[in-house]
Amino acid sequence: MIRRFLASLLALAALVASPAQAKDELVVALTQMPGTWNPVISSMLAKSLIANMTARPLTAYDADWKLVCLACTELPTVENGKARVIDLPDGKKGMEIDVELRDLRWGDGVPVTTKDVAFTLEVGKHPLSGVASSEGYKRVLKLDVKDDRRFTMTIDRVTFDYNSSALLLLPAHIEKPIFEANPAEYRNKTAYDTQSTNPGLAFGPYRIVEIVPGSRITLEQNSTWTGEKPYFKRIVVKIIENTAALEANLLSGGVDYVLGELGLSLDQAIAFEKRHGAKYNVIYKPALIWEHIDVNLDNKLLADKRVRQAMLLAIDRKAISEKLFDGKQPIAHGGISDLDPMFSPTARQYNYDPTAAKKLLDDAGFSTIRNNVRQNAAGERLSIELGTTAGNRVRELVAQVIQSQLRQVGIEARIKADPPRLFFEVMNRRNYGGLGMYAWVQRPGGVPRSTLHSKEIPTAENGWSGQNYPGYANPQMDKALDDAERELDVDKRRAFFAEIQKLAADDLPSLPLFFRVDPFVIPKALKGVTPTGTLNSSTLWIEQWRWEGP
Amino acid sequence: MSRYFASRAVQTLLTLTVMSLVVFVLIGLMPGDPIDLMISGDPNMKSEDAARLRAAYGLDKPLLERYLAWASEAVQGNFGYSRSFGQPVLTILWPRLLNTLLLAGSAFVLSVAIALPLGIWAAAHPRSRADYLINLFCFAGISTPPFWLALLLITLFAVFLGWLPAGGMAYPRPGTPWSVALAEQLRHLVLPVVTLTLVQLGPYTRFMRGAMIEALRQDYVRTARAKGAPERTVLWRHAFANALAPVLTILALSFGGLFSGAVITETMFAWPGMGKAIYQAILENDYNLALVGLLLATAATIAGNLLADLGYAWVDPRVSLAADQP
Repeated sequence: MIRRFLASLLALAALVASPAQAKDELVVALTQMPGTWNPVISSMLAKSLIANMTARPLTAYDADWKLVCLACTELPTVENGKARVIDLPDGKKGMEIDVELRDLRWGDGVPVTTKDVAFTLEVGKHPLSGVASSEGYKRVLKLDVKDDRRFTMTIDRVTFDYNSSALLLLPAHIEKPIFEANPAEYRNKTAYDTQSTNPGLAFGPYRIVEIVPGSRITLEQNSTWTGEKPYFKRIVVKIIENTAALEANLLSGGVDYVLGELGLSLDQAIAFEKRHGAKYNVIYKPALIWEHIDVNLDNKLLADKRVRQAMLLAIDRKAISEKLFDGKQPIAHGGISDLDPMFSPTARQYNYDPTAAKKLLDDAGFSTIRNNVRQNAAGERLSIELGTTAGNRVRELVAQVIQSQLRQVGIEARIKADPPRLFFEVMNRRNYGGLGMYAWVQRPGGVPRSTLHSKEIPTAENGWSGQNYPGYANPQMDKALDDAERELDVDKRRAFFAEIQKLAADDLPSLPLFFRVDPFVIPKALKGVTPTGTLNSSTLWIEQWRWEGP
Repeated sequence: MSRYFASRAVQTLLTLTVMSLVVFVLIGLMPGDPIDLMISGDPNMKSEDAARLRAAYGLDKPLLERYLAWASEAVQGNFGYSRSFGQPVLTILWPRLLNTLLLAGSAFVLSVAIALPLGIWAAAHPRSRADYLINLFCFAGISTPPFWLALLLITLFAVFLGWLPAGGMAYPRPGTPWSVALAEQLRHLVLPVVTLTLVQLGPYTRFMRGAMIEALRQDYVRTARAKGAPERTVLWRHAFANALAPVLTILALSFGGLFSGAVITETMFAWPGMGKAIYQAILENDYNLALVGLLLATAATIAGNLLADLGYAWVDPRVSLAADQP
């Protein structure tokens, strides 16, 4: 008996003394369950975060906001001769782009080939396939297949972003028969949703092996991945929609890491760092999401740009950032981030100056103040509705501070918070009272055409497409936007961008507030997570993630 | 009896049909459609994309025509696809229904099992210290917001003590012994069930207490006591049997609500249930998912009422289901 007890003790001691085992499984969490898994049917950040572990787009912007090849071997450029301006048969100018695919294999061993490229384009262009935006696919006029890995695309225009292709390939050997059977039913029958764990749907470092709707997704290493071998054998993605519960899960060890792109809010991360900063590295990555206030230019109180300029001068964005965001949220001077290579420092910047704001309002005719609200000679009170999305605690807080600051210069802002779907419906139909506060996402070096070009004003005639919700129309701006899109020379393009930023800062169809930062709360043992701040998430480089510690 | 069930079945079908129309029209009349949501999130979408997608999803047709198309498919057992998940709605809802049944059902049974004796005890000892304590406990439960209670429990038992998981369901890997799998599932159930139970306990106990006090004031109770019946018999055989009928109504109604009403608890504990699915579907304009989810919740309420009617007949011999009595 005693001998058996001693043997057990020895075995236990040996177990305790044995070196720590490598961590095979990483449990991450995010706040949203992805919908359809098909990469071309719709775009959704939650889906991208996971899909980026299983597949790669042709190109992406890295953490330095530089365009890099992921599924291709070399970035095609005009300089290296792999991109050329050509004359199209209709007399317009277009471009030819040579691409070579990397040596990649789907999880079932079938090579990724130009057949997949041709099929993906076919689905993207088909009117019944259910693809949300067909613009990128229709841009490709012709595909010349050279061999299994090399092809040349002909695009219908000369554009600066000719080599930026977020094309996500579909496996033709699995999806083509489904698509050809009935293109109209493809969105419902796609193998991504009917056989989500089919290994043939992945060519990235991981593949999905289990999906529990609304709860979790499990991924395991993909044996056919030809890139750097990932460290973790298994990634478990838990869906926890409430951010307070998310934080509790992180602290209790139920989750190792919360994906920064879709996890804790900024104020939460700031508080978290103060309490638990010793165990976590908190990175505040400035992102290309800019919070701003759209101004409905149809509202005659706001038609005079001096009123809009006065409003921006009256908002103390620096104080808001310091008080609410610990100074972490950089002030936006326009839609182009000052970290963007196309940022122009010469455009007008509005520092907090209530005296100048009052003078501008006087000059604009709102010189009489009654009951603390300015009014013009016609007796119209400067009282404007400030709409925003309900449920976004931080945004609602900012709205209240702005309301109070505008009151200091005699402008009454009436806050109206609606659920997002209602808010965006009102914005899209341009039925909003005067001001609408929300955020847009930019691409590095991206031309802000959809928000500033007069052709992008949503109307019944254009099916309410476009995102120029202020209704801003300026021929100079239209020209600058068109020129910036077509110009291939970076320096010349920068000049057009400077013009765009100058016009936007003078006319102020939108009042810029802040650039959002993505807070990444990373456990000290987790290495290799590099936040990007762009829509190309950190999970595109998940094979570089390591666990170094207990 | 069979006539009664046939009549209830017809009533149920009619109710579900009317409900489906009402819900379909209400969702359809809400501002914006799924394509508007897509447009607001994708700057590359053009007008032709919007028109193409509206046609593909049938959103370009009048509301009534869309309802009739859906209803004709539904009677054949095809309830359509979830737009956001790209899968048949029943594939999405069925596992969630089971999850909710597990969570809400456990909490319901537990809260009834605790609330009824507590209510009876409080009614039997009115204005006693125990009664005051029970009342205090009930009002605390009624007035505590479920999200706050959930956070409190998570912080205490998952973060500080580390005894229980902070959320989610247990999904044991293949090959896990059933006893381990069961224990793991129970560990995940504890906190959400306790949260729901504490929230429901207050009203149920108060209803039971009120009904019992009312019953204890009746002449037949006084007569029973005068005849020398032991207090336990008076309490259980005379008062409780009569107090149960109104309490059954409340329980039956709340039973149906459990299927869609546990949104907050499900969200806080990352429990993939029905309430969360319906809420999300409404927000994302996922017509089919919201519609079928709400219909399932309606069916659960109707089933709860049927159970209550059967319960009346069981607890009160004067109620007969066989005959058409007033």
